[in-house]
Amino acid sequence: MEKIFSRPKALKDNPLSYCPGCGHGIIHRLVAEAIDELGIRERTIAVAPVGCAVFAYDYFNFDTTEAPHGRPPAVATGIKRTNPDKIVFTYQGDGDLAAIGTAETIHCANRGENITVIFVNNANYGMTGGQMAPTTLIGQVTETTPFGRDPLREGYPIKVAELLANLEATKYIERVTVFDAPHIIQAKKAIKKAFQNQVEGKGYSFIEVISHCPVDWGKTPLESVKWVEDVFLKTFPLGVIKDTTK
Amino acid sequence: MVKKLVKGNIALCEGALAAGLDAYFGYPITPQNEVPAYMSNKMVTLGKVFVQAESELAAANMVLGACATGKRAMTSSSSPGISLKQEAISYMAGMEIPSIIVNVQRGGPGLGNIAGSQADYFQAVKGGGHGDYHLIVFAPNCAQEMYEVTYEAFDIAEKYKNPVMILSDGIVGQMMEPVDFNKEQKTSFSKKDWCLDGCKDREPRSIKSLLMGDGALEQHNLDLQKKYEVIKANEVKAELYQVEDAEIIIVAYGISSRISKNAIKSARTKGIKAGMIRPITLWPFPTEIIKKYSKPPVKFLTVELSLGQMIEDVRLAVNGVSSVDFLGKAGGGIVSDKDVLNKIMELKK
Amino acid sequence: MAKITVNNNRCKGCGLCINACPKKCIAFSDELNKIGYHYAVLKNEKDCIGCGFCYQICPDVCIEVFR
Repeated sequence: MEKIFSRPKALKDNPLSYCPGCGHGIIHRLVAEAIDELGIRERTIAVAPVGCAVFAYDYFNFDTTEAPHGRPPAVATGIKRTNPDKIVFTYQGDGDLAAIGTAETIHCANRGENITVIFVNNANYGMTGGQMAPTTLIGQVTETTPFGRDPLREGYPIKVAELLANLEATKYIERVTVFDAPHIIQAKKAIKKAFQNQVEGKGYSFIEVISHCPVDWGKTPLESVKWVEDVFLKTFPLGVIKDTTK
Repeated sequence: MVKKLVKGNIALCEGALAAGLDAYFGYPITPQNEVPAYMSNKMVTLGKVFVQAESELAAANMVLGACATGKRAMTSSSSPGISLKQEAISYMAGMEIPSIIVNVQRGGPGLGNIAGSQADYFQAVKGGGHGDYHLIVFAPNCAQEMYEVTYEAFDIAEKYKNPVMILSDGIVGQMMEPVDFNKEQKTSFSKKDWCLDGCKDREPRSIKSLLMGDGALEQHNLDLQKKYEVIKANEVKAELYQVEDAEIIIVAYGISSRISKNAIKSARTKGIKAGMIRPITLWPFPTEIIKKYSKPPVKFLTVELSLGQMIEDVRLAVNGVSSVDFLGKAGGGIVSDKDVLNKIMELKK
Repeated sequence: MAKITVNNNRCKGCGLCINACPKKCIAFSDELNKIGYHYAVLKNEKDCIGCGFCYQICPDVCIEVFR
């Protein structure tokens, strides 16, 4: 028998420190597979966020840097502008990308930086114990919305992908999810295309990955993937939101 | 040797360009606007990187990214903008990323005003951002020195893998003076075995300040302190002006030192033996030099465009051996040479 | 002919692979692994079709698939 699926080279052989059932490990693997398949591992530089995925540099088997909370797009701009031959991507959560780093996100996109952004939206702040994120759903109970998110008090979930699609400079924006195998295979395609775009110099690509966070949601892994399918995706529908690369 | 009449801010740009600057990231704020304006032309013309960032925060983080790959990058701003850069500055100190941050100081606190000031001394030398760290801080006092200090700053930053701040002020930045652009264009640079340039033929690298392992952060801090001790031993720079026979020694940096020098000249014509120790590096501070001249009846006078910040370090250096007086102005006000002379005469009594 | 192997001591027992398996041939182990979880095991190797769904969903990237 032949080994047909195994850990990609671009992912170090370290145990992942994420909670049982967390979507980050899946997304890390998809990114690593895309990088291996495109043969770009040796010229990739990743920018890790502040949040659960801050430890990305312990897992990715290529050059990585830390960035202050929310600033990965600025750090990535500095890297890419001075090293246009390198493949640069940010890996950011919803707090990092859509709250504290909103300005950096929008302006990096608006400059049309030729980078790839992997945006992991799990509707809460995972690292700090499950507080409300800008993407938390209406009515969703979190540590800081004990009565559920009330739009009159906390506003509405930000749809960053749609927001960025309005900017002329953005090239490819897709929302995917990883709650089951068929959707994971689709997510991989989108992530790979987002890197391929950069390799071809096509400009700014943004992949929003709707992910699950069982522990902070207070759900079992099975309940949490079901909640993604039944509830989460109603607010954040999947699909290509913009593609002007063709 | 042909000198060119330029503003301090432009001299600074030329120093950075001669040092082989790869990228400039900025954001408008008075009184440093000449820097991004000049760089937007020069860098693009030279085929290098210029980005007007969305904020001072972003500009500093762009510098972080560029310098993490071993490129030479800088950002500049003025006091309120420098407050915003503190986040990235603390990270770069922790991540040991060599970079250049320029502060053309203006009056504060808050939005303050746009007049030259020296009220950011504490912020520059005592941290500014969070954590136990130091920047190497240069305080040029004229356009020529803006050029020279900036030219050297990149090598020093890379030698110690430490951010360097050039602490100028609105007066030195705006003043036009003849500058001798006498430095050779740097084209070859030391190899960096730590930077992120792709993991071809080597193990992947990561640059970070998050150290969660048992005792790892403490060890990192101890290593940083060791580095700071080496910097203290090697990099102190100060100008000594007529100190050997001085009974009154002024300690002043940047524009205050220019004003003080005129006062010292006047005092000498009146038979008062005044002199000056001018720190060119504010960190490391010329503690040992000041200590050497601390002996009664010598009196010290600190002159600053603040209500007394550097004086704390002068007092620590003097350590009670001599008296230390203060003359300063806040909120963008300027001490005149006459004010300084009067203070010298008062101390002479 | 197909099978999977699970890196026992990396598995955190989330059960997503068990749920994803179209042939229902994966189950929890009876014993605990080094990090305190009932890990996933291939119970019925003869039913495994090597589809890789378990590999796809595994958050700890600790499954390998052979065909």
